Amino acid sequence: MGRYLLRRTVVLALSLIAAGLVLFVLLRLLPGDPAAALLSVGADEAQIAAARAQVGSDQPVWVQLGRFLSDLARFDLGNSFVSNQPVLPEILARLTITLPLTLASFLLAFCIAVPLGIVAAVRADRWYGALISAVSQLGIAVPVFWIGILLVWLVAIEWRLLPASGFPIDGWADPRAAVRALILPVITIAIVMSASLLRYVRSATLDVLGADYLRNARALGETQGRALIRHGIRNGAVPVVSILGIELASTLLGAVVVERVFTLPGLGSMLLLGIQQRDYPSVQGVLLISTLMVLLIGFAADVVQRLIDPRLRDPGAGR
Amino acid sequence: MHFVPKLALALGAALAPFAGPALAETDPSAIIRIGSLYEPQNLDNTAGAGQGINEAFNDNVYEALFRLNDDGSVVPVLAADHTVSEDGLTHTFTLQDGVTFHSGDPLTAADVKYSIERVLAEGSKSSRKSSLAPIAGIETPDDKTVVITLKSRSISLPYNLSYVWIVNDAATDITATEDGTGPYVLDGWKRGSAISLKAFDGYWGEKPKNSGATISYFTEAAALDNALLTDALDLVTTIQSPDALAQFEDPSRFTISEGNSTVKEIMAYNDRVAPFDNVQVRKALARGIDKAKLLEAIWGDRGMVLGSFVPPTDPWYEDLTGVDAYDPESAKALLAEAGYPDGFTFTLDTPNYDPHPITAEFIKAELAKIGVTVNINIITANEWYTKVYQAKDFQATLQEHVNHRDVVFYGNPDFYWGYNNADVTRLIAEAEEVATEEEHTAKLREANRIIAEEAASNWFFLYPQIVVSAANVTGYPVNGLNSQFFLRGIEKSK
Repeated sequence: MGRYLLRRTVVLALSLIAAGLVLFVLLRLLPGDPAAALLSVGADEAQIAAARAQVGSDQPVWVQLGRFLSDLARFDLGNSFVSNQPVLPEILARLTITLPLTLASFLLAFCIAVPLGIVAAVRADRWYGALISAVSQLGIAVPVFWIGILLVWLVAIEWRLLPASGFPIDGWADPRAAVRALILPVITIAIVMSASLLRYVRSATLDVLGADYLRNARALGETQGRALIRHGIRNGAVPVVSILGIELASTLLGAVVVERVFTLPGLGSMLLLGIQQRDYPSVQGVLLISTLMVLLIGFAADVVQRLIDPRLRDPGAGR
Repeated sequence: MHFVPKLALALGAALAPFAGPALAETDPSAIIRIGSLYEPQNLDNTAGAGQGINEAFNDNVYEALFRLNDDGSVVPVLAADHTVSEDGLTHTFTLQDGVTFHSGDPLTAADVKYSIERVLAEGSKSSRKSSLAPIAGIETPDDKTVVITLKSRSISLPYNLSYVWIVNDAATDITATEDGTGPYVLDGWKRGSAISLKAFDGYWGEKPKNSGATISYFTEAAALDNALLTDALDLVTTIQSPDALAQFEDPSRFTISEGNSTVKEIMAYNDRVAPFDNVQVRKALARGIDKAKLLEAIWGDRGMVLGSFVPPTDPWYEDLTGVDAYDPESAKALLAEAGYPDGFTFTLDTPNYDPHPITAEFIKAELAKIGVTVNINIITANEWYTKVYQAKDFQATLQEHVNHRDVVFYGNPDFYWGYNNADVTRLIAEAEEVATEEEHTAKLREANRIIAEEAASNWFFLYPQIVVSAANVTGYPVNGLNSQFFLRGIEKSK
């Protein structure tokens, strides 16, 4: 396990550096200049030159790259070009919205998808099994922002049950208000996420149901339900866990759309604004931190899989 | 020239154009909840904060020597007295008594000198830096007196000083904090979300009619409208589309006010390059577009068609829509005369946000009727600035110009649109150096007539300034000149 962890850590660090380089190049390929975000119509040549010198966009790209790498080596994500504030505290502040949003959506989706997915598989021949599959198919087809807009109209505007958008200015100081602000966004993401998750759970369960060991367990006198719980879940969980990792990671990045619909000042809205303004430090900071989180999630999924399945821990086992 | 207006008179003039009658039972402890689409990028108007900072801070958190009122007039604020020497080159300002900054420091002449120098400093990103170029020196003979000497006369000096926030000279970095003299102090700023302001106890002037404001920022106009619909806001500073207004047409719940903005939708040509260096071609394109129909398509029956770059809130406004009125037949004749009987093709750099793409499609269809082909090239706001404004690498472009009194841009041949008429350049320079407002207005009016006659650009329409508030909220500015939104007069009844 020790060697495994070391190897994973090295891969993680190398992935981060590679991601940083790709980001750096892609951002500079975009047309535009970060200095423009600081200026307005009426600025003269001298002001434009001064602004470019301030953000460093007057320097050759390799000089900018050197500065970026040396900052990165010191874990310094720099200051935003437009707000002139350090990027890292801003990212951490915004994570207090994006992380709860992502995790709560994930948990809710998990609680919806796993039982329904198993039911849809075990009772595939009944009408409700088919119905669950059909509804999940619909859930995959519908865009997330449409569900968000629909929920806002129904729950916030028609029924006046929850706020339509926004997050309290004092953050989590009033937990009730903060939670109320997140309920609709969480439901929006969970609906879409559970739809696709459900299909994975369903097909994993179908695979398990057809497996020899389950037939053997039943032959030894176990009921279908007991056999599924004792042998099926563990086996079915292996592919589902890796999908869960991917789903969690994509939700983290996919929060961009939902944060925009609900005007939440999270990581996604920071990324979007940063790209519009060519605010390189903000964009690089957000993407590096999210890349780190995605890699960590993948890592965690991997570890969980190894805990579940002894064959992954020791390639000799189970043969 | 010498004037000492009473403060009360000045405030009266400031509040006169504000909307609505005061309701009987107003609540002075109310916090006004405002929704806006323009979040400032930082809190310093010389550090590239964008138009949002004017909305949130001008005359609310920071005051200036003068203020541009909602009706376009300029009145003294921190300047109690202003005298000008015979030659017009020495301006002496006496400061108001008893003014303190939010930090508790008293206002002195040194603060004023520091504040003006901030705008003129090398790193300043203020769009008004060049208009303060006539300033030769700033002296502070005593704590209450500021003497500004000029290289040349500058009739607009008080107006230009209305853009200069008076900042405490002890405050080193104000990109995330503030130290002004205004009736409100910054209470909190959550980036991407909101700014909250609360009334300043030590304010030198009349107390505001509310105890503070929260300005929430939105990126989606629909989310902004929803927040007002669900009573999460008391008012929104700008409605972006007339379609959204239908939901607010219940007078028992909402008040819709329409004022004159300074936001002008125009097609600017690169007047340096063929065929747009030809006056006849530009006039033909002006006559080939039915602006009334365009305005109707975008704003319904709101807003107004423009005949020049000057909106009605500029003192030198006159109706010039008749100069090149819609007339496709004469447009074709002009094109033939100019040597383009079969028309020509050009590329229109179009910013990717509303209302530019739809305007571009409309123009393309209109100009096709007179034989001119338009290739629409969609670009981002950032690319517009670098490609069009900075590099001047374009044929024609769409843009909304937001500044007040900005016809003077046509007097600068180096400006992005490259309009170069020696008479106009001279008139605009002379206008600044006259002794009276009347001469100033007369010169600029004369310059603007030439600019309109030569169809320097194609001016389409003036955006309406639409504010929607809850029915129990009154006293807000309706025009929002220079994106300002004065909070002190806003009242909310119980």
